[in-house]
Amino acid sequence: MAIHEKHLIRPENIKTHDNLVIDGVDVSGHWSTFIETRVVTDYNEQLEEEIAALPGGEYIHRCWQCGSCTNACTVNAINPEFNPRYWIYLIRMGMESELLRDKEIIWQCVSCNKCTYACPRDVFPEGVMKATAHWLEMKEHTAPSNSTIFDEEFTRQVVQTGKIEDGRILMNFLKNSKQPLFQDWLIEMVKQMVWNLPVKYLFGMGWATLFQPKTRSWAKTRAAIEEHIAEEKAAERAALGLDPVE
Amino acid sequence: MPERKEKYKKVAYYHGCALEGTAQPYNTSTRAIAKKLDLELVDIENWNCCGAMEVKNIDPEIQTYLSSRVMSLAHNGMGQDVVMAPCNGCYHNLKKAEYDIANSKKSRDVVKKISAKADHPVYEAGQVETIHALDWIKFGYGEEELKAKIKGGLKGLKVANYYGCMYTRPRHIFPEKDQGGDSESTSQPHYMDDLLEIAGAVNVEFPLKTACCGGAHTLSDSDTSTRLVLNILQAAEAAGADVIATECPTCHSGLEMHQIRALKRLSKETNVKIVYFTQLLGLALGLSARKVGIHENVSNSIPLLKSRKIA
Repeated sequence: MAIHEKHLIRPENIKTHDNLVIDGVDVSGHWSTFIETRVVTDYNEQLEEEIAALPGGEYIHRCWQCGSCTNACTVNAINPEFNPRYWIYLIRMGMESELLRDKEIIWQCVSCNKCTYACPRDVFPEGVMKATAHWLEMKEHTAPSNSTIFDEEFTRQVVQTGKIEDGRILMNFLKNSKQPLFQDWLIEMVKQMVWNLPVKYLFGMGWATLFQPKTRSWAKTRAAIEEHIAEEKAAERAALGLDPVE
Repeated sequence: MPERKEKYKKVAYYHGCALEGTAQPYNTSTRAIAKKLDLELVDIENWNCCGAMEVKNIDPEIQTYLSSRVMSLAHNGMGQDVVMAPCNGCYHNLKKAEYDIANSKKSRDVVKKISAKADHPVYEAGQVETIHALDWIKFGYGEEELKAKIKGGLKGLKVANYYGCMYTRPRHIFPEKDQGGDSESTSQPHYMDDLLEIAGAVNVEFPLKTACCGGAHTLSDSDTSTRLVLNILQAAEAAGADVIATECPTCHSGLEMHQIRALKRLSKETNVKIVYFTQLLGLALGLSARKVGIHENVSNSIPLLKSRKIA
Protein backbone atom coordinates (compact mmCIF):
# COMPACT_ATOMS: atom_id res chain seq x y z
CA MET A 1 0.00 0.00 0.00
CA ALA A 2 1.14 3.51 -0.57
CA ILE A 3 2.51 5.09 2.59
CA HIS A 4 0.89 8.37 3.47
CA GLU A 5 2.83 11.03 5.38
CA LYS A 6 6.15 9.69 4.15
CA HIS A 7 7.89 12.73 5.59
CA LEU A 8 7.45 11.21 9.05
CA ILE A 9 9.71 8.31 8.11
CA ARG A 10 13.41 8.60 7.38
CA PRO A 11 14.02 7.96 3.65
CA GLU A 12 16.51 5.16 4.36
CA ASN A 13 13.84 3.26 6.29
CA ILE A 14 11.42 3.18 3.36
CA LYS A 15 12.05 0.07 1.28
CA THR A 16 10.64 -0.25 -2.21
CA HIS A 17 11.11 -3.21 -4.55
CA ASP A 18 10.55 -3.38 -8.28
CA ASN A 19 9.66 -7.04 -8.11
CA LEU A 20 8.64 -8.75 -4.93
CA VAL A 21 6.95 -12.02 -4.20
CA ILE A 22 5.88 -12.82 -0.64
CA ASP A 23 4.50 -16.28 0.17
CA GLY A 24 3.92 -16.87 -3.49
CA VAL A 25 1.95 -13.65 -3.93
CA ASP A 26 3.32 -11.11 -6.37
CA VAL A 27 3.27 -7.73 -4.59
CA SER A 28 5.24 -5.78 -7.20
CA GLY A 29 4.32 -2.19 -7.88
CA HIS A 30 1.97 -0.30 -5.62
CA TRP A 31 2.07 -2.83 -2.81
CA SER A 32 5.81 -3.29 -2.56
CA THR A 33 6.69 -0.34 -0.27
CA PHE A 34 7.53 -1.19 3.30
CA ILE A 35 8.84 0.55 6.38
CA GLU A 36 11.92 -1.05 7.90
CA THR A 37 11.03 -2.69 11.21
CA ARG A 38 12.43 -0.59 14.04
CA VAL A 39 14.22 -2.69 16.63
CA VAL A 40 16.48 -1.05 19.16
CA THR A 41 19.01 -3.50 20.51
CA ASP A 42 21.87 -1.23 21.51
CA TYR A 43 20.58 0.63 24.54
CA ASN A 44 23.29 2.27 26.61
CA GLU A 45 21.74 2.11 30.04
CA GLN A 46 24.52 4.27 31.49
CA LEU A 47 23.96 7.13 29.05
CA GLU A 48 21.92 9.37 31.36
CA GLU A 49 24.34 8.81 34.25
CA GLU A 50 27.31 9.60 32.02
CA ILE A 51 25.80 12.87 30.82
CA ALA A 52 24.80 13.74 34.39
CA ALA A 53 28.41 13.22 35.50
CA LEU A 54 29.63 16.03 33.23
CA PRO A 55 29.31 19.74 34.14
CA GLY A 56 25.91 21.08 33.10
CA GLY A 57 24.23 17.69 32.78
CA GLU A 58 23.41 17.29 36.48
CA TYR A 59 19.67 17.98 36.26
CA ILE A 60 18.74 16.04 33.13
CA HIS A 61 16.64 13.62 35.22
CA ARG A 62 14.12 16.37 35.96
CA CYS A 63 12.90 16.65 32.37
CA TRP A 64 9.25 15.85 31.71
CA GLN A 65 9.43 16.40 27.94
CA CYS A 66 7.22 19.47 27.65
CA GLY A 67 9.32 20.80 24.75
CA SER A 68 9.56 24.38 26.05
CA CYS A 69 13.33 24.28 25.43
CA THR A 70 13.04 23.38 21.76
CA ASN A 71 10.21 25.86 21.36
CA ALA A 72 12.36 28.66 22.77
CA CYS A 73 15.59 27.57 21.09
CA THR A 74 17.53 30.10 18.99
CA VAL A 75 19.30 27.46 16.92
CA ASN A 76 16.14 25.40 16.35
CA ALA A 77 14.60 28.44 14.67
CA ILE A 78 17.22 28.27 11.93
CA ASN A 79 17.77 24.50 11.93
CA PRO A 80 14.75 22.33 12.85
CA GLU A 81 17.07 19.33 13.30
CA PHE A 82 18.48 21.03 16.40
CA ASN A 83 16.12 19.62 19.01
CA PRO A 84 17.18 19.70 22.70
CA ARG A 85 13.91 18.15 23.91
CA TYR A 86 14.44 15.11 21.68
CA TRP A 87 18.10 14.67 22.64
CA ILE A 88 17.22 14.77 26.33
CA TYR A 89 14.62 12.07 25.61
CA LEU A 90 17.14 9.90 23.77
CA ILE A 91 19.72 10.26 26.53
CA ARG A 92 17.24 9.31 29.22
CA MET A 93 16.08 6.32 27.18
CA GLY A 94 19.68 5.27 26.53
CA MET A 95 19.23 5.43 22.76
CA GLU A 96 22.82 6.16 21.96
CA SER A 97 22.89 5.27 18.26
CA GLU A 98 19.90 7.50 17.62
CA LEU A 99 21.64 10.36 19.46
CA LEU A 100 24.78 9.86 17.39
CA ARG A 101 22.86 10.69 14.21
CA ASP A 102 22.93 14.34 15.34
CA LYS A 103 26.48 14.31 16.70
CA GLU A 104 27.74 16.95 14.25
CA ILE A 105 25.27 19.66 15.30
CA ILE A 106 24.83 19.34 19.08
CA TRP A 107 27.86 21.58 19.74
CA GLN A 108 26.15 24.42 17.87
CA CYS A 109 24.16 25.47 20.98
CA VAL A 110 24.82 29.23 21.31
CA SER A 111 24.27 29.29 25.11
CA CYS A 112 21.62 32.02 24.85
CA ASN A 113 19.82 30.33 27.77
CA LYS A 114 16.35 30.84 26.31
CA CYS A 115 15.75 27.15 27.06
CA THR A 116 16.83 27.60 30.67
CA TYR A 117 14.54 30.62 30.92
CA ALA A 118 11.58 28.66 29.54
CA CYS A 119 12.15 25.35 31.35
CA PRO A 120 9.52 24.71 34.06
CA ARG A 121 11.61 21.96 35.65
CA ASP A 122 15.03 23.64 36.02
CA VAL A 123 16.73 21.08 33.79
CA PHE A 124 19.18 23.76 32.59
CA PRO A 125 19.07 22.43 29.02
CA GLU A 126 21.94 24.73 27.99
CA GLY A 127 24.17 22.82 30.39
CA VAL A 128 22.87 19.50 29.08
CA MET A 129 23.80 20.57 25.53
CA LYS A 130 27.35 21.40 26.67
CA ALA A 131 27.64 18.14 28.62
CA THR A 132 26.41 16.16 25.60
CA ALA A 133 28.82 17.92 23.23
CA HIS A 134 31.69 17.16 25.63
CA TRP A 135 30.54 13.55 26.01
CA LEU A 136 30.62 13.12 22.21
CA GLU A 137 34.19 14.43 22.12
CA MET A 138 35.41 12.47 25.13
CA LYS A 139 34.01 9.24 23.69
CA GLU A 140 35.66 10.21 20.40
CA HIS A 141 32.42 10.10 18.46
CA THR A 142 33.39 13.52 17.12
CA ALA A 143 36.59 15.51 16.74
CA PRO A 144 36.86 18.58 19.00
CA SER A 145 34.37 21.12 17.63
CA ASN A 146 35.30 24.67 16.71
CA SER A 147 33.53 25.70 19.89
CA THR A 148 35.83 23.52 22.01
CA ILE A 149 38.92 24.69 20.12
CA PHE A 150 37.88 28.28 20.87
CA ASP A 151 37.08 27.56 24.54
CA GLU A 152 40.44 25.84 25.00
CA GLU A 153 42.45 28.68 23.47
CA PHE A 154 40.54 31.23 25.56
CA THR A 155 40.94 29.23 28.76
CA ARG A 156 44.63 28.61 28.05
CA GLN A 157 45.25 32.37 27.92
CA VAL A 158 43.22 33.09 31.05
CA VAL A 159 44.91 30.35 33.05
CA GLN A 160 48.38 31.39 31.90
CA THR A 161 48.13 35.14 32.34
CA GLY A 162 44.85 35.96 34.10
CA LYS A 163 43.59 37.88 31.07
CA ILE A 164 42.85 37.49 27.38
CA GLU A 165 43.76 39.60 24.40
CA ASP A 166 41.24 39.73 21.52
CA GLY A 167 43.73 39.82 18.65
CA ARG A 168 45.71 36.87 19.95
CA ILE A 169 42.52 34.82 20.53
CA LEU A 170 41.38 35.49 16.97
CA MET A 171 44.73 34.59 15.39
CA ASN A 172 45.32 31.46 17.47
CA PHE A 173 41.74 30.26 16.99
CA LEU A 174 41.91 30.59 13.22
CA LYS A 175 45.25 28.77 13.26
CA ASN A 176 44.09 25.96 15.60
CA SER A 177 40.85 25.42 13.67
CA LYS A 178 42.83 25.40 10.39
CA GLN A 179 41.07 28.40 8.88
CA PRO A 180 42.82 31.06 6.77
CA LEU A 181 43.74 34.23 8.65
CA PHE A 182 42.75 36.43 5.73
CA GLN A 183 38.96 36.24 5.82
CA ASP A 184 37.11 38.62 3.49
CA TRP A 185 34.95 40.01 6.32
CA LEU A 186 37.98 40.46 8.57
CA ILE A 187 39.88 42.45 5.95
CA GLU A 188 36.81 44.64 5.39
CA MET A 189 36.38 45.12 9.14
CA VAL A 190 39.99 46.15 9.64
CA LYS A 191 39.70 48.51 6.67
CA GLN A 192 36.64 50.23 8.14
CA MET A 193 38.24 50.46 11.55
CA VAL A 194 41.52 51.90 10.31
CA TRP A 195 39.63 54.47 8.25
CA ASN A 196 38.20 56.07 11.38
CA LEU A 197 40.86 55.44 13.98
CA PRO A 198 43.58 57.80 15.05
CA VAL A 199 47.07 56.29 14.89
CA LYS A 200 47.54 56.13 18.65
CA TYR A 201 44.76 53.55 19.02
CA LEU A 202 46.23 51.34 16.32
CA PHE A 203 49.52 51.57 18.11
CA GLY A 204 47.84 50.63 21.38
CA MET A 205 46.13 47.61 19.83
CA GLY A 206 49.37 46.43 18.24
CA TRP A 207 51.09 46.87 21.57
CA ALA A 208 48.50 44.72 23.35
CA THR A 209 48.88 41.97 20.76
CA LEU A 210 52.67 41.94 21.01
CA PHE A 211 52.89 42.34 24.77
CA GLN A 212 50.02 40.41 26.23
CA PRO A 213 48.21 42.01 29.18
CA LYS A 214 48.87 40.07 32.38
CA THR A 215 47.61 39.89 35.94
CA ARG A 216 50.59 40.33 38.28
CA SER A 217 51.72 37.67 40.80
CA TRP A 218 49.61 35.10 38.99
CA ALA A 219 51.93 32.07 39.25
CA LYS A 220 50.38 30.53 42.40
CA THR A 221 46.85 31.13 41.13
CA ARG A 222 47.74 29.57 37.81
CA ALA A 223 49.18 26.47 39.48
CA ALA A 224 46.09 26.06 41.69
CA ILE A 225 43.73 26.42 38.72
CA GLU A 226 45.71 23.99 36.57
CA GLU A 227 45.74 21.44 39.37
CA HIS A 228 41.98 21.74 39.88
CA ILE A 229 41.16 21.43 36.16
CA ALA A 230 43.38 18.34 35.90
CA GLU A 231 41.57 16.72 38.86
CA GLU A 232 38.14 17.50 37.43
CA LYS A 233 39.04 16.21 33.97
CA ALA A 234 40.39 12.97 35.47
CA ALA A 235 37.18 12.51 37.49
CA GLU A 236 35.07 13.11 34.37
CA ARG A 237 37.02 10.54 32.37
CA ALA A 238 36.69 8.04 35.20
CA ALA A 239 32.91 8.61 35.33
CA LEU A 240 32.72 7.74 31.64
CA GLY A 241 34.85 4.64 32.12
CA LEU A 242 37.71 6.08 30.05
CA ASP A 243 41.41 5.60 30.68
CA PRO A 244 43.27 8.55 32.17
CA VAL A 245 45.00 10.82 29.66
CA GLU A 246 48.78 10.75 29.70
CA MET B 1 15.98 55.63 45.36
CA PRO B 2 18.14 58.00 47.43
CA GLU B 3 19.86 55.11 49.21
CA ARG B 4 21.21 53.69 45.94
CA LYS B 5 22.19 57.18 44.82
CA GLU B 6 24.56 57.38 47.74
CA LYS B 7 25.77 53.82 47.28
CA TYR B 8 26.52 54.05 43.55
CA LYS B 9 28.22 57.43 43.68
CA LYS B 10 31.60 55.77 44.04
CA VAL B 11 31.93 52.25 42.67
CA ALA B 12 34.64 49.72 41.91
CA TYR B 13 34.95 49.73 38.12
CA TYR B 14 35.45 46.33 36.50
CA HIS B 15 35.78 47.00 32.79
CA GLY B 16 37.26 43.58 31.92
CA CYS B 17 39.19 42.29 28.90
CA ALA B 18 36.82 43.26 26.07
CA LEU B 19 36.78 46.93 27.04
CA GLU B 20 40.56 47.01 26.66
CA GLY B 21 40.32 45.39 23.22
CA THR B 22 37.51 45.41 20.69
CA ALA B 23 35.17 47.38 22.97
CA GLN B 24 37.48 50.32 23.73
CA PRO B 25 34.80 52.86 22.75
CA TYR B 26 32.50 51.44 25.46
CA ASN B 27 35.25 52.07 28.00
CA THR B 28 36.05 55.53 26.62
CA SER B 29 32.41 56.63 26.70
CA THR B 30 31.66 55.12 30.13
CA ARG B 31 34.60 56.99 31.66
CA ALA B 32 33.62 60.20 29.86
CA ILE B 33 30.09 59.96 31.28
CA ALA B 34 31.41 59.31 34.79
CA LYS B 35 33.50 62.45 34.56
CA LYS B 36 30.62 64.49 33.17
CA LEU B 37 28.18 63.30 35.84
CA ASP B 38 30.64 63.43 38.74
CA LEU B 39 30.34 59.73 39.45
CA GLU B 40 33.53 58.18 40.73
CA LEU B 41 34.94 55.04 39.10
CA VAL B 42 37.73 53.34 40.99
CA ASP B 43 39.59 50.80 38.85
CA ILE B 44 40.07 47.38 40.37
CA GLU B 45 43.79 46.97 40.89
CA ASN B 46 45.39 43.91 39.24
CA TRP B 47 42.09 42.42 38.07
CA ASN B 48 41.71 39.22 36.05
CA CYS B 49 39.30 37.86 33.42
CA CYS B 50 35.85 36.90 34.81
CA GLY B 51 36.14 33.52 33.06
CA ALA B 52 33.54 34.31 30.43
CA MET B 53 31.50 31.57 28.81
CA GLU B 54 34.61 29.83 27.50
CA VAL B 55 36.13 28.97 30.89
CA LYS B 56 32.67 27.96 32.16
CA ASN B 57 32.49 25.45 29.33
CA ILE B 58 35.84 23.94 30.35
CA ASP B 59 35.24 24.06 34.12
CA PRO B 60 32.32 25.97 35.70
CA GLU B 61 33.89 26.19 39.17
CA ILE B 62 37.01 27.83 37.75
CA GLN B 63 34.82 30.50 36.17
CA THR B 64 33.19 31.01 39.57
CA TYR B 65 36.60 31.27 41.20
CA LEU B 66 37.90 33.80 38.64
CA SER B 67 34.85 36.03 39.17
CA SER B 68 35.13 35.62 42.93
CA ARG B 69 38.71 36.86 42.85
CA VAL B 70 37.53 40.11 41.22
CA MET B 71 34.83 40.58 43.85
CA SER B 72 37.32 39.76 46.60
CA LEU B 73 39.68 42.45 45.29
CA ALA B 74 36.85 45.00 45.37
CA HIS B 75 35.72 44.05 48.86
CA ASN B 76 38.94 43.13 50.64
CA GLY B 77 41.45 45.12 48.61
CA MET B 78 39.50 48.33 48.09
CA GLY B 79 36.76 48.28 50.71
CA GLN B 80 34.12 48.78 48.00
CA ASP B 81 30.69 47.22 48.29
CA VAL B 82 29.53 47.88 44.72
CA VAL B 83 31.17 46.57 41.54
CA MET B 84 30.03 48.16 38.29
CA ALA B 85 30.59 46.08 35.14
CA PRO B 86 29.48 47.57 31.80
CA CYS B 87 30.27 44.33 29.92
CA ASN B 88 27.31 41.95 29.89
CA GLY B 89 29.67 38.99 30.06
CA CYS B 90 31.47 40.24 33.17
CA TYR B 91 28.21 41.39 34.75
CA HIS B 92 26.59 38.03 34.06
CA ASN B 93 29.55 36.04 35.39
CA LEU B 94 29.91 38.00 38.60
CA LYS B 95 26.18 37.56 39.20
CA LYS B 96 26.45 33.85 38.42
CA ALA B 97 29.41 33.45 40.76
CA GLU B 98 27.49 35.30 43.49
CA TYR B 99 24.56 32.90 43.06
CA ASP B 100 26.74 29.78 42.94
CA ILE B 101 28.80 30.76 45.98
CA ALA B 102 25.62 31.42 47.93
CA ASN B 103 23.89 28.22 46.81
CA SER B 104 26.41 25.53 45.94
CA LYS B 105 28.74 23.88 48.42
CA LYS B 106 30.97 22.59 45.65
CA SER B 107 31.45 26.14 44.32
CA ARG B 108 32.23 27.44 47.80
CA ASP B 109 34.74 24.66 48.42
CA VAL B 110 36.58 25.24 45.14
CA VAL B 111 36.68 29.01 45.67
CA LYS B 112 38.00 28.49 49.18
CA LYS B 113 40.62 25.96 48.10
CA ILE B 114 42.02 28.00 45.21
CA SER B 115 41.88 31.32 47.07
CA ALA B 116 43.97 29.75 49.85
CA LYS B 117 46.53 28.40 47.41
CA ALA B 118 46.63 31.72 45.54
CA ASP B 119 47.08 33.45 48.87
CA HIS B 120 44.26 36.01 48.89
CA PRO B 121 41.12 36.46 51.02
CA VAL B 122 38.16 34.24 50.10
CA TYR B 123 35.13 35.99 48.67
CA GLU B 124 31.99 35.32 50.68
CA ALA B 125 28.49 35.69 49.25
CA GLY B 126 26.93 39.11 49.82
CA GLN B 127 30.16 41.06 50.26
CA VAL B 128 29.62 43.08 47.11
CA GLU B 129 26.69 44.03 44.92
CA THR B 130 27.36 43.72 41.19
CA ILE B 131 25.56 46.24 38.99
CA HIS B 132 25.45 47.02 35.29
CA ALA B 133 26.31 50.41 33.79
CA LEU B 134 22.56 50.82 33.22
CA ASP B 135 21.80 50.50 36.97
CA TRP B 136 24.70 52.77 37.75
CA ILE B 137 23.40 55.70 35.68
CA LYS B 138 19.69 55.13 36.30
CA PHE B 139 20.03 54.97 40.08
CA GLY B 140 23.48 56.34 40.82
CA TYR B 141 22.82 59.59 39.01
CA GLY B 142 19.03 59.53 38.87
CA GLU B 143 16.62 60.01 36.00
CA GLU B 144 15.33 63.42 37.06
CA GLU B 145 18.87 64.71 37.47
CA LEU B 146 19.81 63.26 34.07
CA LYS B 147 16.87 65.05 32.47
CA ALA B 148 18.16 68.34 33.81
CA LYS B 149 21.67 67.63 32.60
CA ILE B 150 20.85 66.79 28.93
CA LYS B 151 22.41 69.30 26.61
CA GLY B 152 21.50 69.09 22.96
CA GLY B 153 19.94 65.70 23.27
CA LEU B 154 19.40 63.02 20.63
CA LYS B 155 16.88 65.10 18.66
CA GLY B 156 14.42 62.32 17.96
CA LEU B 157 17.01 59.81 16.74
CA LYS B 158 15.22 56.49 16.26
CA VAL B 159 16.80 53.84 18.43
CA ALA B 160 16.31 50.08 18.68
CA ASN B 161 17.48 49.05 22.14
CA TYR B 162 19.28 45.73 22.05
CA TYR B 163 20.06 43.99 25.37
CA GLY B 164 21.10 40.51 24.22
CA CYS B 165 21.14 37.33 26.32
CA MET B 166 23.40 37.75 29.30
CA TYR B 167 21.69 40.78 30.84
CA THR B 168 18.52 38.85 31.67
CA ARG B 169 19.15 35.10 31.34
CA PRO B 170 19.09 32.76 33.15
CA ARG B 171 16.65 34.46 35.47
CA HIS B 172 17.78 32.83 38.73
CA ILE B 173 21.09 34.72 38.84
CA PHE B 174 19.22 38.07 38.85
CA PRO B 175 17.06 37.84 41.99
CA GLU B 176 16.54 41.63 42.00
CA LYS B 177 14.84 41.61 38.59
CA ASP B 178 11.13 41.04 37.93
CA GLN B 179 10.29 42.41 41.38
CA GLY B 180 7.81 45.03 40.22
CA GLY B 181 8.20 48.75 40.90
CA ASP B 182 11.32 50.14 39.26
CA SER B 183 13.06 46.77 39.01
CA GLU B 184 14.26 45.56 35.63
CA SER B 185 12.14 43.13 33.62
CA THR B 186 13.79 40.00 32.23
CA SER B 187 11.23 39.54 29.46
CA GLN B 188 10.89 43.21 28.48
CA PRO B 189 14.01 45.00 29.75
CA HIS B 190 13.61 48.78 29.64
CA TYR B 191 16.43 50.51 31.54
CA MET B 192 18.29 51.45 28.34
CA ASP B 193 15.01 52.59 26.75
CA ASP B 194 14.33 54.75 29.81
CA LEU B 195 17.73 56.45 29.75
CA LEU B 196 17.79 57.08 26.00
CA GLU B 197 14.26 58.44 26.04
CA ILE B 198 15.35 60.96 28.64
CA ALA B 199 18.28 61.75 26.32
CA GLY B 200 15.82 62.67 23.56
CA ALA B 201 15.71 59.47 21.49
CA VAL B 202 12.57 57.91 20.07
CA ASN B 203 12.62 54.22 20.99
CA VAL B 204 11.17 52.11 18.21
CA GLU B 205 9.03 49.05 18.87
CA PHE B 206 11.75 46.40 18.69
CA PRO B 207 10.72 42.78 19.23
CA LEU B 208 14.26 41.32 19.32
CA LYS B 209 15.55 43.15 22.42
CA THR B 210 16.71 39.94 24.07
CA ALA B 211 17.30 37.83 20.97
CA CYS B 212 20.65 36.08 20.65
CA CYS B 213 23.38 37.40 18.32
CA GLY B 214 25.21 34.07 18.35
CA GLY B 215 28.06 35.73 20.22
CA ALA B 216 29.23 32.48 21.78
CA HIS B 217 30.04 31.14 18.31
CA THR B 218 30.78 34.37 16.53
CA LEU B 219 34.03 32.85 15.24
CA SER B 220 33.51 29.13 15.80
CA ASP B 221 30.20 28.91 13.90
CA SER B 222 30.17 32.17 11.96
CA ASP B 223 27.48 31.19 9.47
CA THR B 224 24.94 30.67 12.26
CA SER B 225 25.94 33.95 13.92
CA THR B 226 25.63 35.83 10.63
CA ARG B 227 22.08 34.58 10.18
CA LEU B 228 21.13 35.48 13.76
CA VAL B 229 22.65 38.96 13.48
CA LEU B 230 21.04 39.57 10.11
CA ASN B 231 17.66 38.87 11.72
CA ILE B 232 18.35 41.48 14.37
CA LEU B 233 19.61 44.09 11.91
CA GLN B 234 16.68 43.58 9.55
CA ALA B 235 14.15 43.69 12.40
CA ALA B 236 15.65 46.98 13.60
CA GLU B 237 15.46 48.45 10.11
CA ALA B 238 11.90 47.22 9.66
CA ALA B 239 11.02 48.96 12.93
CA GLY B 240 12.40 52.19 11.49
CA ALA B 241 15.54 52.46 13.62
CA ASP B 242 18.44 54.73 12.64
CA VAL B 243 20.74 53.06 15.15
CA ILE B 244 20.88 50.00 17.38
CA ALA B 245 21.95 50.90 20.91
CA THR B 246 24.02 48.21 22.61
CA GLU B 247 25.15 47.57 26.17
CA CYS B 248 27.29 44.45 25.62
CA PRO B 249 30.67 44.30 23.87
CA THR B 250 30.07 40.79 22.52
CA CYS B 251 26.76 41.84 20.97
CA HIS B 252 28.23 45.08 19.70
CA SER B 253 31.24 43.59 17.95
CA GLY B 254 29.11 40.65 16.76
CA LEU B 255 26.62 43.03 15.15
CA GLU B 256 29.44 45.02 13.54
CA MET B 257 31.30 41.96 12.30
CA HIS B 258 28.30 40.08 10.94
CA GLN B 259 26.78 43.16 9.31
CA ILE B 260 29.90 43.13 7.14
CA ARG B 261 29.91 39.34 6.83
CA ALA B 262 26.23 39.25 5.78
CA LEU B 263 27.06 41.64 2.96
CA LYS B 264 30.15 39.66 1.91
CA ARG B 265 28.76 36.15 2.19
CA LEU B 266 24.98 36.51 1.74
CA SER B 267 24.85 39.77 -0.25
CA LYS B 268 22.45 41.17 2.33
CA GLU B 269 23.02 44.84 2.95
CA THR B 270 21.79 46.62 6.07
CA ASN B 271 22.55 50.22 6.93
CA VAL B 272 21.41 50.59 10.52
CA LYS B 273 24.33 51.89 12.64
CA ILE B 274 25.54 50.24 15.82
CA VAL B 275 26.39 52.45 18.79
CA TYR B 276 26.99 51.85 22.51
CA PHE B 277 24.26 53.40 24.66
CA THR B 278 26.95 55.23 26.65
CA GLN B 279 28.10 56.92 23.44
CA LEU B 280 24.58 58.15 22.70
CA LEU B 281 24.13 59.29 26.27
CA GLY B 282 27.48 61.11 26.20
CA LEU B 283 26.55 62.94 23.00
CA ALA B 284 23.20 63.93 24.54
CA LEU B 285 25.09 65.32 27.52
CA GLY B 286 27.04 67.57 25.17
CA LEU B 287 30.26 65.56 24.94
CA SER B 288 32.04 65.58 21.58
CA ALA B 289 31.99 62.58 19.22
CA ARG B 290 35.70 62.10 19.88
CA LYS B 291 35.23 62.14 23.66
CA VAL B 292 32.77 59.23 23.43
CA GLY B 293 34.93 57.35 20.93
CA ILE B 294 32.52 57.32 17.96
CA HIS B 295 35.52 57.09 15.62
CA GLU B 296 36.65 53.91 17.41
CA ASN B 297 33.55 51.99 16.24
CA VAL B 298 33.73 49.82 13.14
CA SER B 299 30.16 50.80 12.23
CA ASN B 300 30.54 54.36 10.98
CA SER B 301 27.73 56.47 12.41
CA ILE B 302 29.54 59.81 12.06
CA PRO B 303 27.77 61.01 8.86
CA LEU B 304 24.36 60.09 10.32
CA LEU B 305 25.00 61.80 13.66
CA LYS B 306 26.43 64.87 11.92
CA SER B 307 23.47 65.18 9.57
CA ARG B 308 21.12 65.11 12.58
CA LYS B 309 23.31 67.65 14.35
CA ILE B 310 23.80 65.27 17.26
CA ALA B 311 27.58 65.03 16.88
